[in-house]
Amino acid sequence: MKRILSVMLSSLLASALFAAGPVKLLNVSYDPTRELYQDFNAAFARYWKGKTGVDVTVNQSHGGSGKQARSVIDGLQADIVTLALSYDIDAISEKAKLLPANWQTRLPNNSTPYTSTIIFLVRKGNPKQIKDWNDLVRPGVGVITPNPKTSGGARWSYLAAWGYALRHNNNDEAKSKDFVTRLFKNVPVLDSGARGSTTTFAQRGIGDVLLSWENEAHLGLKEFGADKFEIVYPTESILAEPPVAVVDKYAAKHGTTEVAKAYLDYLYTDEGQEIAARNYYRPRNEKAAAKYASSFPKLTLFTIDQVFGGWQKAQKKHFDDGGVFDQIYQAK
Amino acid sequence: MITTSRTRVLRAEPTWLRRSLIGLALGLTLLFIVLPLAAVFIQAFDKGWQVWQAAVTEENARSAIMLSLMVTGISVPLNLFFGLTAAWTIARFQFKGRNLLLTLIDIPFGVSPVVSGLIFVLVFGAQGWFGAWLADRDVQIIFAVPGIVLATVFVTFPFVARELIPLMQSQGSDEEEAAIVLGATAWQMFRRVTLPNIKWGLLYGVVLCTARALGEFGAVSVVSGHIRGATNTIPLHVEILYNEYNYTAAFAVASLLSVVAVVTLALKKFLEWKTREDNG
Repeated sequence: MKRILSVMLSSLLASALFAAGPVKLLNVSYDPTRELYQDFNAAFARYWKGKTGVDVTVNQSHGGSGKQARSVIDGLQADIVTLALSYDIDAISEKAKLLPANWQTRLPNNSTPYTSTIIFLVRKGNPKQIKDWNDLVRPGVGVITPNPKTSGGARWSYLAAWGYALRHNNNDEAKSKDFVTRLFKNVPVLDSGARGSTTTFAQRGIGDVLLSWENEAHLGLKEFGADKFEIVYPTESILAEPPVAVVDKYAAKHGTTEVAKAYLDYLYTDEGQEIAARNYYRPRNEKAAAKYASSFPKLTLFTIDQVFGGWQKAQKKHFDDGGVFDQIYQAK
Repeated sequence: MITTSRTRVLRAEPTWLRRSLIGLALGLTLLFIVLPLAAVFIQAFDKGWQVWQAAVTEENARSAIMLSLMVTGISVPLNLFFGLTAAWTIARFQFKGRNLLLTLIDIPFGVSPVVSGLIFVLVFGAQGWFGAWLADRDVQIIFAVPGIVLATVFVTFPFVARELIPLMQSQGSDEEEAAIVLGATAWQMFRRVTLPNIKWGLLYGVVLCTARALGEFGAVSVVSGHIRGATNTIPLHVEILYNEYNYTAAFAVASLLSVVAVVTLALKKFLEWKTREDNG
């Protein structure tokens, strides 16, 4: 027992030694933001060094949004969380009390420095002629989307389909449920995160259409070649708002509150917004939006507050155990 | 003539059946083991030696390799010590609960690695049994190196003990008793009598233990937190690279693990041969 303890202590000491030197931040994020934060962290480090003379290294951890929130609740000491949807940060506030319940009011635009939406990635030439959400429920169309239980992007996709059905059926809930049920009948496999689904669709060649984050679709196109896939914008979709927050308790403990706040503020600056736009996240800033307008085709975007009355309600009704998604998927 | 007819009698299967069975076994081995292993190396060197080298010396890769070596360096000696103690106790003494101990040692073999990881989250996580106590003392176990070590120790727990118990049981304790009767101290007996008898088996257990410690994915994945450059081991780093569409780099780092596998195999053969030679 003594030996185990001493080993554990020495490894703790080792990690403490590694930690000395530059300021370290840990940004716990969701799956598709890898490339965004790789760019952004470098830019922020330059900015912070210029402003304060202090070196800052930002460590990244990525995974399904729900899973990442769970890890922070279980003790992954993130200074910052940048997740796919506000419900996951609510969970951190509620279950672990690591930040106040009103966290979303602390930064502009509901603490969402960039937005995104859900679009379609199809195979070259669009052989199944998939143009809009109603094409996804046709028999014989294979739809790839991750599991809404674990993936933030999948929850946005699900709600986008539901919202589309509501808006085309005079807000008839029963018809929307039927629509989404038919859509999920066409889903052959549910991966746990957005990246897994992209790989299933692009690498393994399963399905005819991938419901994808806009940024993830553009990245997939870049990685796998525009000769193999093309992007389809539906007539309307949901405005996805991936929020950011400082995890107060951990930042205070690490003495990084100030730099963590500056990190998030920097996302709202011209440079931060440009980096977001370059990585296919829709910027809030009008200057960046105008500059990158050609990357972001206009489509009708409805919000979760308009159609579902916010994340808490949507989560409870659709994604909690025994909720609508469970009913739909079990009925399959 | 006589020998051939005897084999015919002993092996009732017709030649075609024997041949097709051998062919099938060889074919399956080729298909499921040799081919994928070859594919790893082909993919790894797909874009040339330099790309491979860059991938395995890149900062995050280096940190993953260092972490894996460190975790292995801690958990293998621990399990070596534990395995020896347990094997000795079980092979040399009769006591109540001996069978229970034997069964307990086997638990990590039977438990899914994901569950092994979750056990530690449950116990040491912020919401776990000791979460608040540890937080008060500012000790981080889960999502840090100690958690990864614990998970690895747990998963590789049985390897050394399982290797030694049958060996020590079959050898019996006559030689050791003789040594004691002739006036050896316990340590002398262990060093001069026991250790030489079990050394190849012990090394064999250590080799298996090391291979598993370097390669463990599931349990470590649960407790790692996946912080790049800090808590990613080699297998986790491979997964990250793969998920970032960086296939060549993923396979380059995976080729390191494959080399470990091949070396393990070679050592295993060598040690098996040595054990047989010593015992026969």
